[in-house]
Amino acid sequence: MATLTERKTAEGAPTRARGGLARRALGPGRDGPGFGNGQGRGDGGGDGGLNPGGAFALPPLKIGVWLFLGVATILFSALTSAYLVRMGLADWRPLPEPRILWLNTLLLVLSSAALQIAWGAARRGLQRAMRQALLAGGLFAVLFGAGQLAAWQQLQALGYFVSTNPSSAFFYLITALHGLHVLGGLVAWGRTTRRAWQGLYGPRNHVGIELCTVYWHFLLIVWLAMFGLMLAT
Amino acid sequence: MSMEKRVAVPKEAHAQEQAHDHHEPQSFWTKYVFSQDHKVIAIQFTVTALFVGFVGLVMSWGMRLQLGFPGLFEFLNPNTYYQAVTQHGMIMIIYVLTAILLGGFGNFLIPLMLGARDMAFPFVNMLSYWVYLLSVIVLLASFFVPGGPTGAGWTLYPPQAILPGTPGSDGGIVLMLLSLVIFIAAATMGGLNYVTTVLQLRTRGMTLMRMPLAIWGIFVASILALLAFPALFVGGVMLLLDKVAGTSFFMPTIVQFGQKLGYEGGNPLLFQHLFWYFGHPEVYIVALPAFGLISELVSIHARKPIFGYRMMIWAILAIGVISFVVWAHHMFVSGMNPYFGFFFATTTLIIAIPTAIKVYNWVLTLWRGNLHLNTPMLFAIGFISTFVIGGLTGLFLGNVVVDIPLSDTYFVVAHFHLVMGVATILAIFGGLYHWFPKATGRMLNETLGKAHFWVTFLGSYAIFFPMHYMGFLGVPRRYFDFEAFDFIPESMAGLEAFITVAALITGAAQFLFVVNVIWSLAKGPKAEPNPWRATTLEWQTPTTPPPHGNWGPTLPAVYRWAYDYSVPGAPDDFIPQTVPVAAPVAAAPAPGTVTDGGGGDGASDGSEPTKRDGE
Repeated sequence: MATLTERKTAEGAPTRARGGLARRALGPGRDGPGFGNGQGRGDGGGDGGLNPGGAFALPPLKIGVWLFLGVATILFSALTSAYLVRMGLADWRPLPEPRILWLNTLLLVLSSAALQIAWGAARRGLQRAMRQALLAGGLFAVLFGAGQLAAWQQLQALGYFVSTNPSSAFFYLITALHGLHVLGGLVAWGRTTRRAWQGLYGPRNHVGIELCTVYWHFLLIVWLAMFGLMLAT
Repeated sequence: MSMEKRVAVPKEAHAQEQAHDHHEPQSFWTKYVFSQDHKVIAIQFTVTALFVGFVGLVMSWGMRLQLGFPGLFEFLNPNTYYQAVTQHGMIMIIYVLTAILLGGFGNFLIPLMLGARDMAFPFVNMLSYWVYLLSVIVLLASFFVPGGPTGAGWTLYPPQAILPGTPGSDGGIVLMLLSLVIFIAAATMGGLNYVTTVLQLRTRGMTLMRMPLAIWGIFVASILALLAFPALFVGGVMLLLDKVAGTSFFMPTIVQFGQKLGYEGGNPLLFQHLFWYFGHPEVYIVALPAFGLISELVSIHARKPIFGYRMMIWAILAIGVISFVVWAHHMFVSGMNPYFGFFFATTTLIIAIPTAIKVYNWVLTLWRGNLHLNTPMLFAIGFISTFVIGGLTGLFLGNVVVDIPLSDTYFVVAHFHLVMGVATILAIFGGLYHWFPKATGRMLNETLGKAHFWVTFLGSYAIFFPMHYMGFLGVPRRYFDFEAFDFIPESMAGLEAFITVAALITGAAQFLFVVNVIWSLAKGPKAEPNPWRATTLEWQTPTTPPPHGNWGPTLPAVYRWAYDYSVPGAPDDFIPQTVPVAAPVAAAPAPGTVTDGGGGDGASDGSEPTKRDGE
């Protein structure tokens, strides 16, 4: 992070015609001897906001979070394919999904929507609305978590434990892994909310809230996919 | 997080023209233990991995003692043998090779070679090491639980991995799986860091197509790690649930000792798919960084530009992509649909093409080069040798019809040890000898280094070359002893003993490296900033070893690719990346010119405030 905001003076750097994002970063390929001849000069020098490197015009944290979403997508995809394979075997018995899951889904949708509102408010500089929406988003997410625990309890009351049959095992595994992602999200949400109260977000500076929102939408999409998968049996 | 605190620092620091001072940690603990300096973390990873590697080495000695001198050693019984086999494989592949290449070399080289002050997320980077250490501790703890560590084979196939009768099927397998899950968390934190740093923290002028190949290898390997490890995570958690919660994800209906177990209807093949979906990219997660290191060593010590730089990058990318569609070549004998085998054999043979391109390019880089046969170069050439031999046998095994008879024999052991074990270890040692002066500021002893190389190189061939022959004879791998096998000739015992002696000597020779390091740290000669006369940025740091923050007040700017060796007309036989192309004199700034570091762009100006958010 520190390096990104670096103000520095370089004696000069090669210039390059601008292209698309990829072309900018990839450059002209093999820069053998003589390549870029005569370009080794001309940097305005110390002109402040210049990115220090061949970076994409995105904050590193944004790239980090999106990469993590990729990792989590692979995780749930692997889980889905395991589910589908296991489902095809002879001893598969569908699980009676507790009705409370529909309520939980609604809570997660509300949570996601609240964060979207918070992001919008941050962009427009509406501090009060932003904080309230953030709080609401977190609250709905906590309620979602509580609702998932209630679903577990209902299933156990019906006699479906982790090892009762494959579909119940998958149910507990999927909800637990998704719940862990929600918990991790709540940690990030806590930090973001604290920073929101410190007045660190505004129209020009809201990447924290943006990434929280993106992550929440991801949690929602994953949950919808997983819930759909479980309903489909 | 800590990054926040540091966001405001550089501005102020720049005012003082002492940017790096602010990276200096305050106390012993933050400087050497809970350090967020990528170089300290790199050393922590490397030292930890080498220590675990020592455990893995001892395991292999245990195996060899039994195979070479069956029945001679009381402490070796089938249980301890299988535990040694399992732990050797798991430790070497995951906790040594992956950790040292990504955590060690990745951490050390990425910011230095790219001209950054540190990783993108230094705190997460630190956490990555400590979580890795935790996974190592959990792994080693499994040696001390009742029943000992798991002996299920490094692939941990269910159902046998978690059933009584397999050594370590109580606490051992549980800790093993926990340790893997923890390791994956660490690897993910590291991988996110490496990829983001490569994308975002390159200094001005350092375009992707000017990056040293070492960074390309580590970069693509990090992406592979991010995409492959989740599958192992899912498989590991599910197997853990099968073990501790009695689920039947992978466990079929089993009757053991006349009793029907609680499991029902699971699919063991499913685990194999999840495992190898991770397992094959894992081969390239360790191979690609090794390829990268070798490209650096070969070019620097042959004083020649790397041959086919661009093709090397495309080969790395092609290998990265194809490595995700070859996994089931590990499963030709698993009973899966034979049509799968046809598909995976094809992709397996296709992946040989970019790999062969890389080998040709290394050899052509050596061709008529000004070879400096110092220790790093010897290891690099040794790598090419063992990698070619191991790679060629891979072509045999990639064909289903050849693989099926050979799959359960020592031919496979010879293949993957040469191509993945020995070759990668040689690359690692080459890299350690090469970058040690930069990391510590002292030179290693060349004589000890060369002795280390020759014993390791010749010893590895002495160990693994005969195994090809044993494989053709049909000697089965994984077996504790061969008493009842009439088709195995008596003379095989002599060969086994020979291999064991070679393994003991080769293993012991690794301590030459330890001795060398201790000698160097105690009274090795001080290293010059650029002892190998290399072009890449890490050799151009103002001080050696570089302090926290790496560079002085200003970051270096890059004007050329990383391989300007023996440029005709140049005063030296190398031109550092920081030397402007046209004139070596610093050019006067031309105000108003739209410029920026090659890959960077003015478009970033607009988003500057966003960046400052610094979260």
